[in-house]
Amino acid sequence: MKFTLSWLKNHLDTSASVDAICEALNKVGLEVEGVEDKARTLSAFTIAHVIEAKQHPNADRLRVCMVDTGVGEPVQVVCGAPNARTGMKSVFSPPGTYIPGKDITLGKGVIRGVESNGMLCSAAELELSTDHDGIIDLPDDAPLGASYAQWAGFGDPVIEIAVTPNRADALGIHGIARDLAAAGLGELRHVNVRPVKGAFRCPVSVILDFDVLDRHLCPAFAMRLIRGVRNGPSPDWVQARLKAIGLRPINALVDVTNFMTFAMNRPLHVFDAAKVHGDMVVRRARAGESMVALDGKTYSFSNDHVVICDDRSVESLAGIMGGEASGCSEATTDVLVESALWDPLTTARTGRALGINSDARYRFERGVDPEFCLPGLDLATQMIIDLCGGEASEAVVAGAPPDTSRLIEFPWSEVRRLTGLSLPVPEMKLALTSLGFHVSGTGDRVRVSPPSWRGDIEGKADLVEEIVRIAGLDRVDAIPFPRLVDEVPKPVLTVLQKRTRLAKRTLAARGLVEAVTWSFIARDEAVHFGGGKPELALANPIASDLSDMRPSLLPGLIKAAQRNADRSFGDVALFEVGQVFLGDGEDDQRMAAAAIRRGTARPAGVGRHWDGAGQEISALDAKQDALALLASLGIATGGLQVMPGGPHWMHPGRSATLQFGPKGSVGAFGEIHPRTLKLLDAKGPLVGFEIILDGLPMPKAKPTKMKPRLKLSDFQPVTRDFAFVVDAKTAAGDMVKTAAGADRALISDVSVFDVYEGDKIEAGKKSVALAVTLQSTEKTLTEAEIDAVGGKIVAEMAKRYGASLRG
Amino acid sequence: MTDIRTLEHDTLAAIAAANDEASLDAVRIAALGKAGSVSGLLKSLGGMAPDERKEQGPLINGLRDRVSAAMALRKQALTDAALNARLASERIDVSLPVREGPEACGRLHPISQVIDEITAIFGDMGFSIAEGPDVETDDLNFTKLNFPEGHPAREMHDTFFFAPDKGGKRKLLRTHTSPVQVRTMLAQQPPIRVICPGRTYRCDSDQTHTPMFHQVEGLVIDKGSHMGHLKWILQEFCKAFFEVRDVTMRFRPSFFPFTEPSVEVDIQCSRKGGEIRFGEGEDWLEILGCGMVHPNVLRNVGIDPDVYQGFAWGMGIDRIAMLKYGMPDLRPFFEADVRWLQHYGFRPLDFPTLAGGLSV
Repeated sequence: MKFTLSWLKNHLDTSASVDAICEALNKVGLEVEGVEDKARTLSAFTIAHVIEAKQHPNADRLRVCMVDTGVGEPVQVVCGAPNARTGMKSVFSPPGTYIPGKDITLGKGVIRGVESNGMLCSAAELELSTDHDGIIDLPDDAPLGASYAQWAGFGDPVIEIAVTPNRADALGIHGIARDLAAAGLGELRHVNVRPVKGAFRCPVSVILDFDVLDRHLCPAFAMRLIRGVRNGPSPDWVQARLKAIGLRPINALVDVTNFMTFAMNRPLHVFDAAKVHGDMVVRRARAGESMVALDGKTYSFSNDHVVICDDRSVESLAGIMGGEASGCSEATTDVLVESALWDPLTTARTGRALGINSDARYRFERGVDPEFCLPGLDLATQMIIDLCGGEASEAVVAGAPPDTSRLIEFPWSEVRRLTGLSLPVPEMKLALTSLGFHVSGTGDRVRVSPPSWRGDIEGKADLVEEIVRIAGLDRVDAIPFPRLVDEVPKPVLTVLQKRTRLAKRTLAARGLVEAVTWSFIARDEAVHFGGGKPELALANPIASDLSDMRPSLLPGLIKAAQRNADRSFGDVALFEVGQVFLGDGEDDQRMAAAAIRRGTARPAGVGRHWDGAGQEISALDAKQDALALLASLGIATGGLQVMPGGPHWMHPGRSATLQFGPKGSVGAFGEIHPRTLKLLDAKGPLVGFEIILDGLPMPKAKPTKMKPRLKLSDFQPVTRDFAFVVDAKTAAGDMVKTAAGADRALISDVSVFDVYEGDKIEAGKKSVALAVTLQSTEKTLTEAEIDAVGGKIVAEMAKRYGASLRG
Repeated sequence: MTDIRTLEHDTLAAIAAANDEASLDAVRIAALGKAGSVSGLLKSLGGMAPDERKEQGPLINGLRDRVSAAMALRKQALTDAALNARLASERIDVSLPVREGPEACGRLHPISQVIDEITAIFGDMGFSIAEGPDVETDDLNFTKLNFPEGHPAREMHDTFFFAPDKGGKRKLLRTHTSPVQVRTMLAQQPPIRVICPGRTYRCDSDQTHTPMFHQVEGLVIDKGSHMGHLKWILQEFCKAFFEVRDVTMRFRPSFFPFTEPSVEVDIQCSRKGGEIRFGEGEDWLEILGCGMVHPNVLRNVGIDPDVYQGFAWGMGIDRIAMLKYGMPDLRPFFEADVRWLQHYGFRPLDFPTLAGGLSV
């Protein structure tokens, strides 16, 4: 919403400066978005007299001018404008002036050997037009030394405010003035609407053709004919105001409607009566009806839209835009002026459906003052007669403005209760009454009746807002917020919240870099990763590749890795801890942790290095990330099963599912399947893991924080090595478990210290070397006892896996 | 006597002359071995008359002790020399670059870090962390929050919708974290003190908007909390979060359907050369919206607005991260460019705490 200072002053008697007005606007909640004050920005540009302009001695195209600026001695200026001539008046700027059209600050200069102490300016240099033809040529009577912008009428500052959706009344300058007056910035100038006494009956009647249930679509419609008007350009002062706020003057009749829209938040429509056939009917549009609107475009209507028709066709789209056919032109002599009330919701939906944004729609969908429907017609009639002459008919009124009066029981203490601010009752009462509220009763509780233009006021809290915004929120003191109980704060995070943040730090500490990728991915990607349910597909995605809620973090990470690779950063290790979606129910969202490694981005380090590394990543690096995460989260991994074969987006032979028990899959790790890479347009090698944090076992509640007592053995552990030759497909992890199970009392640890496949052993076989540690808590083991355990291990290995000791 | 003195002289000379352990050992065997010269003298003591033994004993034992001591001393010197010689030959190139290690190259995203910072501040004030789903119902995202059907405020949200179900109801991606307020009030009796950080979505994309972003919501409901408390909380939060001694805030009346009165908060700052500093300057920067919870919202969740009251606020996590840490543009937050993440990200062990300071 834009307005000019002088226009505001028509409604507000004030001597406040623009700065003070802006401060007050912000204070009352009408946020200032910008002030354009050319009188200020162009204050250095003054009207000057060119005493003499003569040819520059060293340049054909330049003139040397002696300029009388009205202050002090004449100054010498070198000017390149072809129209610079002796005796003219123009606009001068001294050295040090910022020239907006050139984005430079003027300095003193010597041009081709002649000193120049300022500049004579073109309109383009002042950003007043795009006219570069020459310096501004002013009439002889332009006052020497005066501010050019002030003299030329650019002196009316334009203020732009943001109006929140609840403040429809501030979409009229009068409403803004009322707020400012209430805030103490001056006196509101009341608009006196003299009822227009019609000289004759309006020859056109109006029918509201609605079912009982549809009457809210147009509660009231008022209209009158003004005959014998002389339409044409509106006077300069009207045009200047409309132009200043960015509107294009059309003709006086149309300009009056725009003027009333912005001055009084009262949108109107004018029909050329000569082009209206028969009576006016207001009704729902019929499918197939259409209209060429004032913007020159053709709109087709449906039964959801409300229109104004004459005997022949649709003449106006209710509350949004009139039709071109019956629009007013300079030839119009008889004009029908319409002032109506339209349903906000229908207006909003219609405007949205048809894609029309108009000043009328903007106001009707937020709600205009219903009580001002008829006065608005009279005020507009008066303005038309003032500008165009003519004779007004009586008004025809169909329907009636609805009664919106209501009473709110209001204890003054409510202000203190909600804001902590104690204000004297008279001040609170004055704030309300100056905003047009009616306050009845005395004492602690009063009854407040909101004005008709404040449809947003529902209850006590709204009144509190009105009072404090006028009093000023700066008067609300900050009061320390007491703790609920006087004690050291208790922990507030849930297990999952703690695990989520610990997961991030753990993975980062493994050299992975955290990415945050979109929650939505392309449909085919979602389908490939087990998602793509119809209920998780967006109806209005912002892009076709951001259409479906992600079932996994991996596709986003894989594509991110590829983007980095495309920039020559191929050895990346990325992770994300974030939500994945299994369905659209509120329990279908999971917190997942996933990481990927690409190229040589191994946990020990990235890329080639003198220490001999630089190997490509393998699925077991992803396994290490996954298990490190579980360990860091304090998950006991004794019951963790690593089942060969992960989900189908992973390499079938180089991936595994992680589970606690047969149904407790919590995730997977592995190499990314080549088909997955192809789908995501990515290149490997890529490995990764994903774990659903919600699925991990919860910690057991314990009565104390005590750890179990540490039992240390007094006897030395002994270690024996075994190298078994087994079928190449045998799982080393199983062999470790088997070895450990050979004597649970004595065997304290089993590790794999070598795996060999190659030409030194039979094809299809491999050698797995185990180091078995025995630890007795009772005695020093004898060789015989150690050998006995070794024998059991060898026997079990032979039985389970056909293993033989490597010779 | 002469013999002993000569022997001592010769043996000590031989010890001193021994240049390695082998020659020193040869001297030892020659002097102290079974058939050694000193051993011979010791043995001869047994055949002496008591008087002679009394005289010769100390001399011979003294000889043995001095030879032994000289031998040990020489041995130590030779061992030291050998070790020094070995060490002198052992060298590595300490200038060789080592791998920087995972702790040095891993990074946390600024959003995660800022959420941890916010959690540290509000956790200390006794706020819990509440969460809710990203896929929300229209009822919780709008209706319960007092957005009437068709209201312009609803349209301002640029909502992502899902297809309608059989009953014609369509779910949506939450446009703000405010539905978590509603969920919290439906699930829990006052007093309530929660913050709700999370992902939010609007179908909007340009220099300063991304279709996905992060917000944190705060909610207090009890029998006495008012706007003065809200002001204090926001002031203290801003001071703690931006790690400045003082901030100047400006509260402007505004409009949100779910608060009444509603307020927008600006923070005073200076902008010099693209750097924003708080607690100084002439510019105002909008950082959050807040207000007293609307009575209709309280009624919608079954709380009596004449008995209970409270306030709520919401701000953009990405936005305050940008303000604090100086990222000029929002879009790279979600592009996963490792160069950006390495630069603007945080080291894994930079855990923000109030005791240690939020940032290093």
